[in-house]
Amino acid sequence: MSKKAASTIETKDDAVPACGASAQAPVNANLPKEAKVELYRKMVRIRRFEERSLRAYQAKKIGGFLHLYIGQEAVAVGCCSLMGANDHVITAYRDHGHAMAVGMDTKPLMAELYGKVTGCSKGKGGSMHYFAPSLNYWGGHGIVGGQIPLGTGLAYALKYKGLKGAAMAFMGDGAVNQGAVHEAYNLAALWNLPVIFVVENNGYSMDTSQDRSSAGPGLAQRAEAYGMNWGTCFGHDVYEVRATMDKFLTLAREQCKPAVVEIDTYRYRGHSVADPDNTYRTKEQIEEYRRTKDPIQVFQNILMKDGVLTDALVEQIDTEAKAEADLAADFAEASPYPTPDDIQRDVYWESDNPDQRASKGRLFFE
Amino acid sequence: MAVLTYREAIRAALSEELTRDENVVLLGEEVAQFHGAYKVSDGLLEKFGPKRIVDTPISEAGFIGMGVGASMLGIRPVMELMFWSFYSVAFDQILNNAANVRYMSGGLINCPIVIRGPANGGTNVGATHSHTPENVLANHPGIKVVVPATARDAKGLLKSAIRDNDPVMFLENTILYGEKGEVPDTEELIPLGLADVKREGTDLTIVTYGRSVLHSLVAADILEKEHDVSVEVVDLRTIRPLDIDTVLASVKKTHRVLIVEEQKPFASVGSQLAFMIQKEAFDELDGPIHRLATIDAPAIYSPPVEVEQLPNPQRVLKAALAAVA
Repeated sequence: MSKKAASTIETKDDAVPACGASAQAPVNANLPKEAKVELYRKMVRIRRFEERSLRAYQAKKIGGFLHLYIGQEAVAVGCCSLMGANDHVITAYRDHGHAMAVGMDTKPLMAELYGKVTGCSKGKGGSMHYFAPSLNYWGGHGIVGGQIPLGTGLAYALKYKGLKGAAMAFMGDGAVNQGAVHEAYNLAALWNLPVIFVVENNGYSMDTSQDRSSAGPGLAQRAEAYGMNWGTCFGHDVYEVRATMDKFLTLAREQCKPAVVEIDTYRYRGHSVADPDNTYRTKEQIEEYRRTKDPIQVFQNILMKDGVLTDALVEQIDTEAKAEADLAADFAEASPYPTPDDIQRDVYWESDNPDQRASKGRLFFE
Repeated sequence: MAVLTYREAIRAALSEELTRDENVVLLGEEVAQFHGAYKVSDGLLEKFGPKRIVDTPISEAGFIGMGVGASMLGIRPVMELMFWSFYSVAFDQILNNAANVRYMSGGLINCPIVIRGPANGGTNVGATHSHTPENVLANHPGIKVVVPATARDAKGLLKSAIRDNDPVMFLENTILYGEKGEVPDTEELIPLGLADVKREGTDLTIVTYGRSVLHSLVAADILEKEHDVSVEVVDLRTIRPLDIDTVLASVKKTHRVLIVEEQKPFASVGSQLAFMIQKEAFDELDGPIHRLATIDAPAIYSPPVEVEQLPNPQRVLKAALAAVA
């Protein structure tokens, strides 16, 4: 958490920047007041949504795993706030924050956790598999690192079609040792694909610290082996995330230059909430981060100092976010489950579009 | 009708579809500058240029996954695996991403990708290069699996596969690449999931696909001439979707069944067929369903012995005689 920021595309002060030091970067300084409030609101909404989902999980309303993003909100919100019409996002299984950051509605998100047919994937994906292609959001993927070649493919498609956009392929620090990730790095660099590989380094691949899982001086520096740009930044400051990512995204969109960006962050909860997290870190460590680097508190402090936020507005945003999360839970609760007949829907395009089916024969078996 | 090799027929299908749809792109190891490890893509780089015909590094997980991602955004990639045997290193991309992404997104995302290449034994390349994964692939709902035996089928099915909105695994055969056959001069789209009765008969149904179709036809000739046994050969052509109706119609005619597959027997395509035939045509059977498969071991290298490990006309003949005994 105290590593120096570094980058291949800009030399900057090696010291840990004070929170808000990136406020003067043009991408932040030019933001209207409402947009700054919106960044803050989005982080609060994600936090309250996930806290509400945790309560539902503890009440056994939600099955399987629940990988919470709490503590990391500034990363997804900062990155996704930079998206243009041709920019795309794909991530791993800790995907609630990204889903909300690209604009997905909380009701279908919560309903998906509940396994309801009104969920964003009709109750077929669950927590790890949120998708919204209409918002350029391609999941939500459960196998560590498996989404990174897909993100590279999104960039390939953009370049093939001559569109000026970029793909952001998010992964955790535990994904960087997967072979598929390195294969994707190589392809992106070899073919100059407009993809930013965003490593959200929360310090632990599941319950194993970076020191115990990843060799070498840093995770982003591995880009050098492929001749790619790389950079690091502090993920508790949404301004810093935006300032850093803006540079790399511009290079990707304008010059088809891929990069690896490692964003230091921290999660407060266990890998999944069912996993106890007292074997590899202390409560004091979590508390220290929460006290000094909580991304919502950090940004609140910045915006209060700038007069963008007031106590009343902070209170209002929080109240609304809690109410929204409660409404989402109510919606999920009241929604029906899919039926057994739904099990074999959405498997094949052809079986879902029988009037346009070209093939013959049986698609399903007993 | 023109006479084309199986290789030329696949090339013609690729060329026609690349011409028809600018979103079709061929990617794979050695497909461009080297014209394909088995020369299937000979001349395509010269005709379509490096944007459409793309050499990839030896990086199957990376480039297959990249193709899946590109297909989600509307590209229609045809990915060549130099050998289908290499599917194992890309399997996560195939089964978790290509097969599942439509389902997990509640039907919001399509994956119109074709993955093609040869999948066969018989070329003395040992166990690592001789896999026939059609049963493994077909075990995953969301995926379609095609195994053509003739030049005409290869062309007509590949064209349909490229136009299909679901992921299609297209399994060719290095030994068949040089086999010649008649191919219509006009465009022909053969639907996936439609079996073809390659030979009509009355005493025994051989259900088969891929190169085993050719062995079965040779054996059927011998059975007719030397044993007075009339054999009907049903070529499945597609494993999933499966044309079980054509199989059952033949069983109702002959009442005896032999399944022939270049495939290890445990949980094979034949296992599924045998289950379905007994379930749906039990009263039509005059005897147990027989099966001839690859002898159950990793692919042996030794050239003369590998011939015996796989289905061949003599093994089919012997199995057929047992089935009608």
